[in-house]
Amino acid sequence: MAERSFKAEVEHLRKGEGEVFTGEGILALTKALLENGVGYVGGYQGAPISHLMDVLADAEDLMAELGIRFEANANEAAAAAMLAASVHYPIRGAVTFKGPVGVNVASDALANLASSGVTGGALVIVGEDYGEGSSIMQERSHAFAMKSQFWLLDPRPNLPSIVKAVGDGFELSEVSNTPVMLMVRIRSCHVTGQFTCRDNRPPALSPREALSNPRSDFARVVLPPMSYRHELDKVENRWPNAERFILDRQLNEFFGQEGRTGIICQGGMYNGVIRALQRLGLADLHGETEIPIYCLNVCYPLVQSEFLSFCEGKDHVLVVEEGQPAFIEDQLAAFLYRAGSRVKLHGKGVFPIAGEYTGQVMLDALSAFLREAAPEMLPATVRAPNDDKPNLPDLTKVVPIRPPGFCTGCPERPIFASLKLVEQELGKHQISADIGCHLFGSLPPFEIGGATMGYGLGPAANGAFDGGGKTRPISIIGDGGFWHNGLSSSIGNMVYNKSDGLVVVVDNYYSAATGGQDVMSSRADNATKATQHPIADAVKGVGVKWVRQIDRTYDVPKLRATLREALTTTEPGPKVIVASSECMLNKQRREKPLRAKAIKEGRRVEAPRFGVDEAVCTGDHACMRLSGCPSLGLKHTGDPLRDDPVAHIDQTCVGCGNCGEVADAAVLCPSFYRADVVHNPGGFEKWWAGVRAGLIGWLARRRSARRLEFSA
Amino acid sequence: MTVHDSLMPRKGDARLQQIIKLAIYAVGGQGGGVLIGWIEDLARAQGYAAQATSVAGVSQRTGATIYYLEMAPANGGAPVFSLMPAAGDVDVMIAAEWMEAGRAIIRGFVTPDRTTLIASTHRNLAVSEKMVPGDGLADAEAVREVALQAAKRLIAADFEAVAVQSGSVISATLFGALAASKALPFPREAFEDAIRAGGKGVEPSLRAFAAGYEAAEKGDAAQPKAAETQPAAAVTGPAKLMAEWQALTDRASRLPGEAPAMAVAGLRKVVEFQDLAYGGEYLDRLEALAARDRAPFDLTREGAKYIANAMAYDDPIRVADLKTRAARFDRIRKEMGAGERLMQLTEFMHPGAAEIAGMLPRKWGERIEASEKWKARLDALVNKGRRIRTDSLRGYLMLYILGGMKRRRRGSYRHAQEMAHLERWLSAALSHLDRDYALAVEVIRCRRLIKGYSDTHARGLSKFDRVMEGIALVAGREDAADWARRLREAALQDEKGKALDGAMQTIRSFL
Repeated sequence: MAERSFKAEVEHLRKGEGEVFTGEGILALTKALLENGVGYVGGYQGAPISHLMDVLADAEDLMAELGIRFEANANEAAAAAMLAASVHYPIRGAVTFKGPVGVNVASDALANLASSGVTGGALVIVGEDYGEGSSIMQERSHAFAMKSQFWLLDPRPNLPSIVKAVGDGFELSEVSNTPVMLMVRIRSCHVTGQFTCRDNRPPALSPREALSNPRSDFARVVLPPMSYRHELDKVENRWPNAERFILDRQLNEFFGQEGRTGIICQGGMYNGVIRALQRLGLADLHGETEIPIYCLNVCYPLVQSEFLSFCEGKDHVLVVEEGQPAFIEDQLAAFLYRAGSRVKLHGKGVFPIAGEYTGQVMLDALSAFLREAAPEMLPATVRAPNDDKPNLPDLTKVVPIRPPGFCTGCPERPIFASLKLVEQELGKHQISADIGCHLFGSLPPFEIGGATMGYGLGPAANGAFDGGGKTRPISIIGDGGFWHNGLSSSIGNMVYNKSDGLVVVVDNYYSAATGGQDVMSSRADNATKATQHPIADAVKGVGVKWVRQIDRTYDVPKLRATLREALTTTEPGPKVIVASSECMLNKQRREKPLRAKAIKEGRRVEAPRFGVDEAVCTGDHACMRLSGCPSLGLKHTGDPLRDDPVAHIDQTCVGCGNCGEVADAAVLCPSFYRADVVHNPGGFEKWWAGVRAGLIGWLARRRSARRLEFSA
Repeated sequence: MTVHDSLMPRKGDARLQQIIKLAIYAVGGQGGGVLIGWIEDLARAQGYAAQATSVAGVSQRTGATIYYLEMAPANGGAPVFSLMPAAGDVDVMIAAEWMEAGRAIIRGFVTPDRTTLIASTHRNLAVSEKMVPGDGLADAEAVREVALQAAKRLIAADFEAVAVQSGSVISATLFGALAASKALPFPREAFEDAIRAGGKGVEPSLRAFAAGYEAAEKGDAAQPKAAETQPAAAVTGPAKLMAEWQALTDRASRLPGEAPAMAVAGLRKVVEFQDLAYGGEYLDRLEALAARDRAPFDLTREGAKYIANAMAYDDPIRVADLKTRAARFDRIRKEMGAGERLMQLTEFMHPGAAEIAGMLPRKWGERIEASEKWKARLDALVNKGRRIRTDSLRGYLMLYILGGMKRRRRGSYRHAQEMAHLERWLSAALSHLDRDYALAVEVIRCRRLIKGYSDTHARGLSKFDRVMEGIALVAGREDAADWARRLREAALQDEKGKALDGAMQTIRSFL
């Protein structure tokens, strides 16, 4: 079950013709799929479209009513491969994953799909993870559209435009027999707004019906000589058909009147452009602009005739294209050159080559462009700005960076604490990391692992060290990555190549970093998915002999001993430790209501929380270097004898036990204690506790009566 | 902030001025999403068009995270809103944590011409602040100073504490503060209606909203947050002991300069650690120091501080004593909010051979220390993690008896070691006194390096030794005291002593 539930919102997806829908971008996307008669949907979670997968999962009942198949695919390649259903059958299908990393994984299937061509509309909804808040390398999914020749939609970031793009995308795909990639950026996925609904429409042909009338046509198979024909078909038929559709249906938009200057922008950049123009006094509240804009809701293919007619009569045009390489700008420049045009093209240079086009970047670039192209249109202050920048003291040295880290009570924290302790004993090791929350282990305070090569590829990234050496290479992989492709790419690879290395599988029962979606080894019952397939069994199944299952990652001494054994045993072959404990975020969300209910019903419940004896803590912060838990902080005591702040645990502590375990295993200090408040104790328990408290109180008072007692 | 400050729309589309731009800077997990949801519902209910966006990636996992919203009166046509804040163009900035307020200022989202900054003064410490062996906490005061300059209006209070007190979360108190700020043109009731419309945990949220509203109106933006200071300690005990205590504090109060206040605090620490006679010894040492001191008597004051810390060293007896005091159980009960409920208490102890040997009589301890075989035997016997239930009779008695071994402490091996170390350190400091007063004071201050238990303690000692070694190298130079300070600060910067290595290398390079 995912971290965020959309059960309530999903009800709005039933809205019919003329009703107004209010909500987030991802919900609008889902509604649009339903309105356009989609027959099957799937994908793989990852920011910023994780929530789209969650919405689809939560809407499974509704979709089943309409005859739509929802598949939670094993990875992006599997999701893209599923679009094969639209090759022979006139069924509309949509899959979603993040870009560009998801597109990387999917690219094999996408390339085959693009070569075969489609009959039913095939939509790939890509959440482009670029700019602020991104968790991946900064690249563009755009390149994949170009190399495989499928079309790329980049709608303006508002709900009506995004909804329209879904319908346009399906039709474009069908008229050009080509899959279409619909790109939504991080903020578009979560942008809120309203649009007017249409009725949901069941698919014209459902996958279930298609299965009763199977089809095949070897002309679609990517084998010579058909593959050569596919290539020709792309450029001779599919592409021209697509261009015709784009022009006929006016998928790209024009704003503003005639003028000597113009702006060409990606659809996703439109609002940013308008805001900059608003600030320059060149656009009004509703986006009425004095500088003509050619808005590319279709970023690939670019339509030469449409572009050249926009440029006609203009002296300067500016291309607003975020990210690099500047595929669009380069193509437009080529169009102009071939047409012998004298229009001056601006773009990168006025804009920075790399990085997000923030409000400031957009304002600076548009000001710079207009200063050259149309200075008379600018307010005097922009033509000759007074630099009246207030001279604020610099805070960059004061404010600490705050990268993401393990949550309070995270079961992965003790795994990395154990690894750090083992490294203190046995020395530094070669460690490769993977994708997932566990990648935070590579940051301080643990600094375990130095590189990550992709999802499920942690152990594979140690391939060069499979030959062995003085110490063993270690790699980390999560349960998400393990099932994504790690079992074959990483574990199978190690077995086959007779690796001597150690793999630590961080199993927290979910695909946790993406929002707590279930995976094959999840412990929970899932009504529509098969769960509870143990990772250890899978590992043994592919031939690993040395496998250890740890069922409580908080047991630091045991984990450390197991790691030590794995790194020193003489047994040949890969060693795999599966370290399992439930993601604390999900556990708390699941257990908190249950616990409250149990307490209310009068059942006995122990509520653990940790504390620190201030007077015992010496303020050396050794515990911090093995924790980094958000609930474990520092505070100044006010004691004039102490220079350094002491450890302090706030009320958000969930009593996971890491503090006590680490203090014990690393022989840190006796400052920590665990207090278990017992709700609804039994009669005898209460009586006995009273007796004990009485005796203890008597002893304590006896001693204090004979000496000076200082109270704060 | 460049051109935009002085920008007015050219043709003055007055409607553009009606757009209210609001951003929230939060730490992942603080509930920024709930807050932005309320604000959005509020705006729509009040006849505004609104658009919210957020960046929910992995940043929600305790990293810095941002939410953004724009609204304008809805009258004909959909406004084109931006999806992200722009520097110099934010009307309301809500920072759900103090350093996040600093981050918002750095990004240029807080400007004196327009921004109302609503910020919670509490801290969620970043890992980089917590890891430092010394004091790595970011300078909250520096952020306050800049915030006062950068914001048109600053509304600052500990909205986290207010939330906890009212049994809710910070999103509700910040929503209350937003209402109190009057930065949005909506009445208070409309805010409360938005919470009710949300439908989840309405009552606690409304309570926290009201508390946040009040806290914002009071605010603590004007005066800096008062540093927590310990109230004067109350002392109780048998009359005879009280009289002796009085005599000791009288002696302490006769020390010169600012030393008396520190000496009373130190006295309390060493008497609590051992007994009144030990307090007498403490004052003997201080008076000897004072006799050689001169105005402004820094040496005595710093001596009062660090000699107390050195004399009240951290041994298992002290830990056991502290953990078995009556007041402790009440304190923990309060901290845990246990009320009258039953509470179990587990201590995490892991004594090492050195600590046990330290408690033995001096001769025995020395003998064990000298023999690897005996050390290993003792280690095998004691070195393991022990979880002691101090709410159980067995566990409590164990620590109680250990705490009672105070009486034998003076004859112990550890005590002999500690006292020898103390004397060496003091005489090292005094050796510089005549020639370089400042250096003597700095050497006294180096005692700060020794802290922690077991390995951490050993590492502290070795850092202390290395700093003393470095000081010996620079002694006699004009800037010796300055170097001593730098060495000490370097030693406190990181665990492994990399910064200290660097400082030592620099010293060696110019010698």
